[in-house]
Amino acid sequence: MRAKNVLGLIYSNSHDECISELTARRTMGSVPFSGRYRLIDFTLSSLVNCGITKVGVIANSNFRSLMDHLGSGRPWDLSRKRDGLFILPPFKAGDADKGGDRVAALSRVMDFISSSSEEYILICDTNTVYNMDFTELFEYHTEINADITIVTNVGKIPRLKNMMVFDCESDGKVKSVAINPKTEQDVKYSVNTILMRKSLLERLVGDAISYSYESFEKSVIQKNISKLNVYCCNARGFCKMIDSKESYFDINMELLNPDIRADLFNKERPVFTKIRNDMPVQYGLLSSVSNSLISDGCIIDGTVENSVLARGVRISKGAVVKDCILMQDTFVGDDAELQCIITDKSAIITPHKTLSGAKTYPIYIGKGIII
Amino acid sequence: MPKKTECIAMLLAGGQGSRLGVLTNNIAKPAVPYGGKYRIIDFTLSNCVNSGIYTVGILTQYQPLELNNYIGNGQPWDLDRSQGGVHILSPYQQIKGTEWYKGTANAIYQNINFIERYSPKYVAVLSGDHIYKMNYAKMLQYHKEKDAACTIAMLEVPWEEASRFGLMFTDDDGTITDFEEKPKNPRSNKASMGVYMFTWEKLRQYLIDDEADENSSNDFGKDVIPAMHNAGERMYAYPFSGYWKDVGTIDSLWEANLDLLNPKANIDLSDSSWKIYGRSPASPPQYVSKDAALQNSIVAQGCEIEGSIEYSVLFSDVVVEKGAVVDYSIVMPGSTVKKGAVVQYAIVAENTVIGENSVVGESPQSIGNLDDWGVAVVGNGVKVGKKAKVKAKSMISADVKEGDIV
Repeated sequence: MRAKNVLGLIYSNSHDECISELTARRTMGSVPFSGRYRLIDFTLSSLVNCGITKVGVIANSNFRSLMDHLGSGRPWDLSRKRDGLFILPPFKAGDADKGGDRVAALSRVMDFISSSSEEYILICDTNTVYNMDFTELFEYHTEINADITIVTNVGKIPRLKNMMVFDCESDGKVKSVAINPKTEQDVKYSVNTILMRKSLLERLVGDAISYSYESFEKSVIQKNISKLNVYCCNARGFCKMIDSKESYFDINMELLNPDIRADLFNKERPVFTKIRNDMPVQYGLLSSVSNSLISDGCIIDGTVENSVLARGVRISKGAVVKDCILMQDTFVGDDAELQCIITDKSAIITPHKTLSGAKTYPIYIGKGIII
Repeated sequence: MPKKTECIAMLLAGGQGSRLGVLTNNIAKPAVPYGGKYRIIDFTLSNCVNSGIYTVGILTQYQPLELNNYIGNGQPWDLDRSQGGVHILSPYQQIKGTEWYKGTANAIYQNINFIERYSPKYVAVLSGDHIYKMNYAKMLQYHKEKDAACTIAMLEVPWEEASRFGLMFTDDDGTITDFEEKPKNPRSNKASMGVYMFTWEKLRQYLIDDEADENSSNDFGKDVIPAMHNAGERMYAYPFSGYWKDVGTIDSLWEANLDLLNPKANIDLSDSSWKIYGRSPASPPQYVSKDAALQNSIVAQGCEIEGSIEYSVLFSDVVVEKGAVVDYSIVMPGSTVKKGAVVQYAIVAENTVIGENSVVGESPQSIGNLDDWGVAVVGNGVKVGKKAKVKAKSMISADVKEGDIV
């Protein structure tokens, strides 16, 4: 497959700041999502499912949980002698690039990029939830003879820094690009998945560095729009960008819709994740579950509605959980009541407590907190 | 040359398991799914690695494709190692001819060369078709303390069931004084679990002698163990307490699955200190819709549940549509129970389709004579047509047409 000629590069700290509570002790890529996954699983699985065998993961800060999750890359079949998974941390303390500076991040890993033999490079973020067929993207890129192809989505602009919004011709060729324009209209924005020749990226990043750049978006893409053939390729199927705690909550909940699940968990392109070897879900005699996603290792003796439960969550007798996202090993005690709550790993809600947030403002309970 | 290993395990997984009927038409018994996400062999393999035994030979003979494929390089059990690891040992051609494994003892005998590569002091001989959690390291410790030639794990079973087992008689210090194979009137309730620890030097000699004996049936229980006993070797019973089940029959497989739903059965799979490992499918979390009702059941990932489930075990990627009912049943991976269908007191194998408004299995209460009742079994890939009926005790391996009663 031609995708073998593509190097994957994932930026694991992409927009950490937009869900600062969840990323206080982890990267965006290792934020738990949809029960048993971490956000990076979607991008990484999309890459390997189209035949890419070499993937670099740029880790900037807070990446212990990311390394724990990725390990040797085995669940994605990236634990190999030839190619495989490369985690790319900063070289020394203070070397980390501040505030999501992509140009600095790319220049820091330029040795890795240059020494790879692949002809193309596909750069991805981790706050985008999708399951894309990158083979299609690659074919589009080569058929239309593009220099750069950027995956886009149509909708309101996510509230993120440096969002690129495109004005395109009918064939997808970019006429102009605006960075975070003020508009309430639906626009075509970049989900920061970008394909180009590796040699072009090396040159563009090199140029940016030598001419005191501002940002990747301005100095690498916007500045070169007129000189290069830049094309947009709309993401097909489910594609959402996390830009806040609220959107994190909403996008999790969207997976309760069977059509979206069928698309995201496409059987042709399975989403892989670290294996935990939990036992299957146990439902007790008094359990009542409705419209929820439940992961392995959960023990349910209470009531769960409209919620997403990660692996190893326990819901005790009489407890009621509604509109919640409960992460790994959360414990909910007898007769506790939760509504619109996001709990982080191993949170403990002691018996008889009542906690509630609102759908528009879910309350977050940190890792290991006991209430 | 592999380095010297103190103890290695030889896992007998060659049996056909003919009493499991259609469930083992295409797969060996140890590869039969159990408990929502496991295969029977996962228990013995996980026991090995949890006990620190990282060199395991798996003896296969009957329909090994699925089992070999499942074991693969042993990675799910951490048995993909540069020293030791898991090895599939099938019968092979030798200069003096080709021989199938004639019996359990012959299977080990044919692999003496494999065992000798590791120069072990001790060899554990295990069955691949039992459900139990056991620390073989403690058994080995006991074996060493007693300076035994052979130690056999022993479980006290209820007296009324004792006649189904190979029984042992022991001294106060655990020395085995006598054996009795499935007696009509049991005088002991100490059953052999089919878990053996041998001092290799001794076992090796007995295997060679057994092979030379033309009258031998080359079986551990029938030949080698009695020979060792008759020769006055030091043989001890290692007392085990806890859950143990031989899942050799449809009824025992069904019961062993439902035991997971019984808190009194003492089989806890959520214990993180003794995990049972297995190969996991890449399926998303299970979805339970607003129309679903789930009571006292175990459901694996990838399932989509819109019907009503009680006292049942559902494996990965099972779909239960609206209005469908699954009671007291085992449904294996990838099967679909269509709208309005009823599955009760049944084992439904992998990738089957249970058609709309069909009925599989019958409850014991609905049948007058309990002798006519039994678990219904639907074999791999079978399609049960709309409004068809599969009676109690039926075992089907071919599709059932719309409206038929079998």
